[in-house]
Amino acid sequence: MSDATELPTPRASIFAGLRLTWTAAIAGSVLLFWLILALFGPWIAPHGEAEIISGTTFAPIGEGGLLGTDKLGRDVFSRLIYGVRTTLLLALITTVISFAFGVTLGFAAAILKGWFDIVVSRIVEAFMAFPSTLLALVVIGAFGTSITVLVLTVGLVLSTSVFRVSRALGYDIGVMDFVEAARARGEGTWWILTREILPNSMAPLIAEFGLRFTFSILFLSGLSFLGLGVQEPAADWGLMVQENVGGLFLGSSAALIPAACIASLTVSMNLLVDWFQQRQQGETVLEKIDQ
Amino acid sequence: MYRIILTRLAQGLLTLLLASMIIFGATEILPGDVAEAILGQSRTEEALATLREEMGLNRPAIVRYFDWLGGMVQGDLGTSLATKRPVADMIESRMWNTLRLALLAAAISVPLSLALGLWSAMRAGGKVDKTLAMTTLALIAVPEFFIGLILMKVFAVELKWLSASANTRPYFDFWQNFRALALPVATLSFAVLAHMMRMTRSSVINIFTSPYMEMAALKGLPKRRLVVRHALPNALSPILTVIALNLSYMVSGVIIVETVFGVPGLTRLLVDGVTLRDIPLIQACAMIFGAVYILLNLLADVLSIMANPRLRYPK
Repeated sequence: MSDATELPTPRASIFAGLRLTWTAAIAGSVLLFWLILALFGPWIAPHGEAEIISGTTFAPIGEGGLLGTDKLGRDVFSRLIYGVRTTLLLALITTVISFAFGVTLGFAAAILKGWFDIVVSRIVEAFMAFPSTLLALVVIGAFGTSITVLVLTVGLVLSTSVFRVSRALGYDIGVMDFVEAARARGEGTWWILTREILPNSMAPLIAEFGLRFTFSILFLSGLSFLGLGVQEPAADWGLMVQENVGGLFLGSSAALIPAACIASLTVSMNLLVDWFQQRQQGETVLEKIDQ
Repeated sequence: MYRIILTRLAQGLLTLLLASMIIFGATEILPGDVAEAILGQSRTEEALATLREEMGLNRPAIVRYFDWLGGMVQGDLGTSLATKRPVADMIESRMWNTLRLALLAAAISVPLSLALGLWSAMRAGGKVDKTLAMTTLALIAVPEFFIGLILMKVFAVELKWLSASANTRPYFDFWQNFRALALPVATLSFAVLAHMMRMTRSSVINIFTSPYMEMAALKGLPKRRLVVRHALPNALSPILTVIALNLSYMVSGVIIVETVFGVPGLTRLLVDGVTLRDIPLIQACAMIFGAVYILLNLLADVLSIMANPRLRYPK
């Protein structure tokens, strides 16, 4: 599998090799769209992140700004563009934190085994026996709402599941023949981890990363919606929903638009992960040789 | 069998104890203490010392933990910092609202998702199955507040059929109650429906593809007998687990739903407590939800052990 890059590729194009389904293609384009908007947002947004552009609050779509104005008369369109940065960046940071903790501890538990494995597994089990939202609420209640607390809490809460996945992967791959062979050759633990276990657990870990990323977006926007996540005047999609719920009864869609954007992001991510998993499962030995 | 169930119960109790340590620990390691939180900016050293003495905060954390835990067990949930009222009173008046919401949502989503999951599994690979699989895959990733707001926009704001506020009054008749509760219950049901359906589908398919089912089918048994006598008893334990898992998943779903529809429930109390940093209130609410969650998971395990003899003999 890892040698595939050295062989000449007979594929006509990258896209044919990806074997995209139409759902995956749409989901991928949606994600790409948001990613580009996140990268170039400040140059595209017509107004500032917290700039009040109109005296009319909850102006309908087309009046005031392109998508109307929010409860303070800010441009919904501009805040949406700034919001995608916050939403994606925070989700990325929390997922990376959860992987840094989860994968390190998970593989360490699988390789070291013994008391280390037992102690860490028990602690993780205790945390998992508890609804994750509740855990986050308790910690945020104790430390107050700040971005650092938010990111660390959600990152740690998510890491329990990453730990389980990577520990199981480490255990499964650790007993395979080629790992035994490497051990018999006298390779060190570090070599076995980085050259044998890690490359072979890449695909499930990538899928897990996608799932955790989706969950992180949902989790963070849920907290922001409760008023316990990102705080004003920063623009965040979950926060925008919370700010503008009241406008729903005045005929404004300022709350619905960011909510729909979150849904578009998470649904696309979910579909893409599903496609990736199916593709991994479907990859037969023949296809691998073909590549 | 009873020994295994008892062991499982003991494990559940241990988990609950661990959960209480996590809750107490998480609210204890904060910089400063409850006394500082109460006095806020206007604190003086003397006032701080007096209050700490009064609240017994000078004692070591471990003593306070057991004091708190003992109170919990006896039903003394402490006193709220924000309202100065006993937490137990505050919770009592709101408990019913949350419970009613969860029970109604469960009564709708459990049979519906089991039926849809079974239907999907019977036609695995077919058009119905594929459509349902795609829909649920998408639905899982949709935030609860989006579902809630869409339903609210359509049925409460545009059509004006249902009420956007779930705040019921004792004098409400059946229809008024229905109008108030329909939207939050529907939102909560949606939130767990997709998960529950997918899990039901996969566990039923798992059973249908097992060798003894193939054997029974090859024997020429009628389909009805196949399902009722062979598949169902074995499917019971995974399905019970699915139900309990999703009911406990409702714990987080209900937090959002209560906020969207302004239900004066337990989770609203918790969120307010978090906003005001009302530590005793947070601890009590978190303990209640944690206990319910652990209890539901425990129930699923015990019922599975009773339904499936194979689980009674651990390897």
